[in-house]
Amino acid sequence: MSVFSSATSIFAAAASDESFQPSDWLFENVWIVPAIMLASFVYILLFGKTFPGKDRVHFVGLTAISAALAISLLTAFTWITQYEGEQGDHSAQTSAFVDPSIVTAVDADEEGDKAKDSSRGCLAESNVVGDLRASDDEYALGSLLLNDIGSAELAVDAGEDGKGAGHIKAKPVVRCLEWFSTGSFGGESATGDTLKFHIGTIADGQSIMMLVVVTFISFLVHLYSTEYVKGDRRYVHYYAFLSLFTASMLFMVLSSSTLQLIVGWELVGVCSFGLIGHWWEEKPNSDAALKAFLTNRVGDIGLLVGMIVLFFGAGQTFDIQTINYLAVHGGLSQTTMTVAALCLMTAVMSKSGQFILHTWLPDAMAGPTPVSALIHAATMVVAGVYMIGRLYPVFWFGMSIEGSPINALAFVGALTVVGGGALAFVQNDVKKVLAYSTVSQLGYMVLALGVGAYTAGMFHLFTHAFFKACLFLGAGALSHACHHSFDMKAEMGGLRKRMPVTFATFMIGTLALVGVFPFAGFWSKDEILVGTGGFPSTNANGNYTLLLIMGLIGAAMTAGYMTRVIWLVFFGEYRGHVDPHDPPPVMKYPLIILAGLSVVTGFLNFPADWFGGLGSRFGLKFEQWVEPPRGDTFPVITHGDSNFLLAVIASAVGVASAALVWTYYQKLYAKDPSATEVTEGLRSKNKLAAGGYALLENKYYLDDLYQGGIADPMKGPIARAAYWLNQNVIDEVVNTAGRTSAMLGRFVYRYIDQGAIDGSVNLSGTSASESGGLLRKVQTGRVRNYASLMFGAAALLAAVFILAI
Amino acid sequence: MTEFLNDWGITVLVFLPLVGALLMMFIPAKDEESHKLIALLTTVATALVGIALFSEFDFDRTADLQFDVNTSWISVVNANYHVAIDGMSLPLIALTLLVVPLVIIYSWNHIPDPGNAKMFLMLILVLHTGMLGSFVAQDIVLFFVFFEVVLLPMYFMIGVWGGPDRLYASIKFFLYTLFGSALMLVAFLALYWNTGSQTFDMQELASLVAERDIPLGTQVLIFGGMFLGFGIKVPMFPFHTWLPDAHTQAPTQGSVILAAVLLKLGTYGFVRIAIPILPEAAVEWAPWIGLLAVIGIIYGALGCLAQTDMKRLIAFSSVAHMGYVMLGIATLTPFGINAAIFGMVAHGLITGMLFFIAGSVKDRYHTLEIKRLGGLLVQAPKMGWILGFCTMASLGLPGLAGFWGEFPAILAAYNPADGVSTSLFRVYMVIAAIGTVFAAGYLLWLLQRTAFGTPSDEFADDPEITDMNMTEWIAWTPFLVLIVLFGFVPGIIFDITDGAVVESLKTLAR
Amino acid sequence: MYLTQYLLLAAVLFCIGVYGVLTRRNGVMVLMSIELILNAVNINMVAFGVFNHVDGQAQVGGAVFALFIIAVAAAEVGVGLAIVLLIYRNRQSIDVSEASLMKG
Repeated sequence: MSVFSSATSIFAAAASDESFQPSDWLFENVWIVPAIMLASFVYILLFGKTFPGKDRVHFVGLTAISAALAISLLTAFTWITQYEGEQGDHSAQTSAFVDPSIVTAVDADEEGDKAKDSSRGCLAESNVVGDLRASDDEYALGSLLLNDIGSAELAVDAGEDGKGAGHIKAKPVVRCLEWFSTGSFGGESATGDTLKFHIGTIADGQSIMMLVVVTFISFLVHLYSTEYVKGDRRYVHYYAFLSLFTASMLFMVLSSSTLQLIVGWELVGVCSFGLIGHWWEEKPNSDAALKAFLTNRVGDIGLLVGMIVLFFGAGQTFDIQTINYLAVHGGLSQTTMTVAALCLMTAVMSKSGQFILHTWLPDAMAGPTPVSALIHAATMVVAGVYMIGRLYPVFWFGMSIEGSPINALAFVGALTVVGGGALAFVQNDVKKVLAYSTVSQLGYMVLALGVGAYTAGMFHLFTHAFFKACLFLGAGALSHACHHSFDMKAEMGGLRKRMPVTFATFMIGTLALVGVFPFAGFWSKDEILVGTGGFPSTNANGNYTLLLIMGLIGAAMTAGYMTRVIWLVFFGEYRGHVDPHDPPPVMKYPLIILAGLSVVTGFLNFPADWFGGLGSRFGLKFEQWVEPPRGDTFPVITHGDSNFLLAVIASAVGVASAALVWTYYQKLYAKDPSATEVTEGLRSKNKLAAGGYALLENKYYLDDLYQGGIADPMKGPIARAAYWLNQNVIDEVVNTAGRTSAMLGRFVYRYIDQGAIDGSVNLSGTSASESGGLLRKVQTGRVRNYASLMFGAAALLAAVFILAI
Repeated sequence: MTEFLNDWGITVLVFLPLVGALLMMFIPAKDEESHKLIALLTTVATALVGIALFSEFDFDRTADLQFDVNTSWISVVNANYHVAIDGMSLPLIALTLLVVPLVIIYSWNHIPDPGNAKMFLMLILVLHTGMLGSFVAQDIVLFFVFFEVVLLPMYFMIGVWGGPDRLYASIKFFLYTLFGSALMLVAFLALYWNTGSQTFDMQELASLVAERDIPLGTQVLIFGGMFLGFGIKVPMFPFHTWLPDAHTQAPTQGSVILAAVLLKLGTYGFVRIAIPILPEAAVEWAPWIGLLAVIGIIYGALGCLAQTDMKRLIAFSSVAHMGYVMLGIATLTPFGINAAIFGMVAHGLITGMLFFIAGSVKDRYHTLEIKRLGGLLVQAPKMGWILGFCTMASLGLPGLAGFWGEFPAILAAYNPADGVSTSLFRVYMVIAAIGTVFAAGYLLWLLQRTAFGTPSDEFADDPEITDMNMTEWIAWTPFLVLIVLFGFVPGIIFDITDGAVVESLKTLAR
Repeated sequence: MYLTQYLLLAAVLFCIGVYGVLTRRNGVMVLMSIELILNAVNINMVAFGVFNHVDGQAQVGGAVFALFIIAVAAAEVGVGLAIVLLIYRNRQSIDVSEASLMKG
């Protein structure tokens, strides 16, 4: 204990942000939000079919999600108010440093006492474990070293940067209850120590931000779906799954232990399975659902193993705050963290659609469009990103992010940005383009976290949720109008005038996605590029120059493929056969709201040195609200300095790319108004281009590899071989053993028992007649035969006598 | 009341079903309704006795043997009638008490060909006694007797009411298990002689083995005998081949009981007898058990992928699932064995449920060939969703019971007991984790091919294909509720088993 | 006179009898062959009795045995003929190879 706490107190004071402990009834009881959604699910499941007029079952879901949204917004509001209030107080009192080893709720009222005890219990106990760990010399040494570096970093940070100075950060509010306990593991623990497993909630900037995003998008999707899925064959199931999905997503977001996180993680996976396969009568849909689930399961191997490694590394606890605390304070060995981070990265790759496990995500578009917006763009797919953020210290140290030019996580992210973006160019289905765009944008988030730009990653998650939901719902509106088709080439074109509202909102979403000033995506993408530290004088955590370049290429691609979509859908001539028009109000208003948010959310985190004095006063709010205090349960990361030149370059690259694509289509249009691609293009002239196109068209052949190289052999030859082995080798051994013993039995019976033993006593009774089988042949009944035998025998005897005598 | 329960509770619990069976002997076979009624009432009464016992059970000291009755039985060999309940056996007893009445309810209108409800139900009752007896026995001779009592009714159930290949399957089941039991008996006797032939009592044997200083080689051999006996029952790879045949041919009720309870006799034997009595040998055997367990996980999954028959697929999945249970046991840690017991209960509920569904599908479609099925969700939506739910539970979805048997076992493999190779078990851990993908693969593939899609022309307008009926609802609902309940509140089982498990591993710590 | 001559005669007679018993299918002929065998025995008996001197005195034992055998043979032929007769009645044949009633 002594080594541990002294290490903390010496260095933590120097390295950490100043922090305060927010407290509110809401923070300790955020579990209400998922509970409401769960209740809604159970209600719909049990009574949905008998609900008065089952077409109105959405009322249940809508009511629940409205309540959840209201509570989430209130929680966020309280969080912000307390934070801002504290800043005011802070100027009066100088130090608000609290013992970092106790990260717990401070309860105002008596009712909260229980909560206080349990949360103290939850963490205090695991800190004891941490002490045991840290008292080990090796760990203590690690702790000293790490803190040394940390403090040196911060000295620079605080001295030159000045960002974050004067702010005191809000600590997470953790509340846990004992879930269950079991006997512990070998060694001394076999003496009867028990392992306690906790279930609980963490309310901090990150989770509250996510809470708002999930409930908000979910609310709009609930609303939108009332029209979009109207009259569907499984309306009730649809709403039940929506509720369950929201509940499990929130459960995951709020989880205070990694075990709970796994539970939530898998539950959202199942909801995704159910919703992708919503129209399961058609085989492609259920295939897509299976693919999504199985690909995620592959990643889950990493999740399970990674969490197990962390569990033991942190002294047998699943508690997220303890793990983070130990990681920051050197309680986890480097190997543990590296192995865990790599394993968890696999999970992120599958869940958040990172290259090379992204292949399920585009297929997941088989589900209803609002679901695609909710699950496969805005919320569930960012679960992986969220998980990295939740266990950021593990990744930070495990991947050695600081001061490095490259690491696995960031590289995977960057590769996804480029790889996903390239694929978006060859899609004809508007939803597929958006799906690949999502893949690419998720790559940005992972890239950001991989280079240490935590806030930028989270901020991009936040803004992306709004503009991508806006785009997806817009695509839904297009399909709603165009005969339930998503084919840009066959069914759309020139919709600008026919569907003005859809056009306007889609356009805003696109601008935000592309990252045009001042739309939301501009700010978040810019921060990510800054965060790579590849650009001169950005002073970020590392020097990820290569990744900065990949990020810029990604920005250019984004602009390119989105321009293509815009042109194909809204410009040129209408190529469809119906009369498309704007959707009804319940579908229109969500679009408008989301478009509005796509414009403004970026300003939540504009850099401090922009807009003169405004920046230092209102800039970087998102960072202040969301980022946890550094040095306690969060690594001491550095925030890059925003760079005007980089922002200009990024925008210029995007504009140039967009202009190029635009010119291409303009020329095409001039030649033939209804054309969607050049007939005699580069592809037919240049082999390389043709090859590249084929590569993209076939999605880098990854699907073929997985299907042909893994899934099919598994299902086919390998499974059959195993079964053949079973039937013809293992079972055959059994059968042969059985047959052999049966044969042996017959042999013994016939020759030994009946032949020898019984035969030797055949003088008596029936056994004699049985055994006389051989003699029977002699016994012909003919006197002559007997006589000849008798005489023969007599002659024989006579001969014997003669010879013997 | 308490006194009565203390002295007679367990005895009544175990032999009440037998009394019911005796009563049924005197009623003519034609009167099927009263047979069903008597069987149901008997099992419900047994369950009530069980509930009374559980309510008197002291959950604060689950490590102790409670309602302990120990009287002389075969005094010549010092075998006693020693029965008791502790935290380790309680969940399994509860499972048995739950499953059997529900099976009888299900039988109400599902008596398999060639009929004869009287004999069928009597056999189930005899089976009931055998299973309960095995779980309460604290004396290995008594355990052995009950262990064998179970065999015969099951043999007849498969052999008489089974499918077309029933004779082969039933004889294979009987002989294979008997073969294992024979070696087990040898092991028991070896134990008896080596400890000075004073007792067959499990607890006394455990302390005697520790005192007597029996050579490790001998212990390992004795453990080997038990390993074969229990391992065949589990069944572990490569002794599993009786299982798919037995399951495929058995009537639905037989399959359910087989999956839900009988297989657990093997794993229960490991945690109750083999490991506590021979801890040192267990450490020697653990890497091999672990190896066979993980082979079983992958192998069972591959076997599933190759199946064309729904019931056979579910049977093969048992091999994989019991692999997780055995992996948990092989770690020899309290956590792993807790997980294993949880896994036993979870597997009992989930696979039992899957067999129920397979039986009901067979009733409606008269086939279980996966190729011919499809669109169950269209024709019988409720049953289809329940199938979906059960496949999800079976593939170890968190929030449902299956997860708590699977994940903790994988977790435990990261850090096995002292003396067991850690690095080896970490390899096992990764293989077991990969096994979860396979599990998802074959189960969802099954779901896709049977429930999703549209029904084939063959069955499209078949009036016999109806959704769930009343008896199915009554029989299945408790399963479904418990799967969810255990999934969210795993503490229910962990809290009960933990004390007893820790206690049973004390011999290991010495 | 030598004993050997009597014994040879008896042996020849015996062999003829045996040949007859084994080859003849006619029941009556079989019976007659049996008589030959018996008489071969008689010759032996009498011959041994005559040549076997005890204290220079010939013995009568052999002749007595021969008498017994003649008596028994008469009885045997009586029974035998009766059987043959019955067989003939039942089967219209006295071929012994057809009669396998002795088979168990």
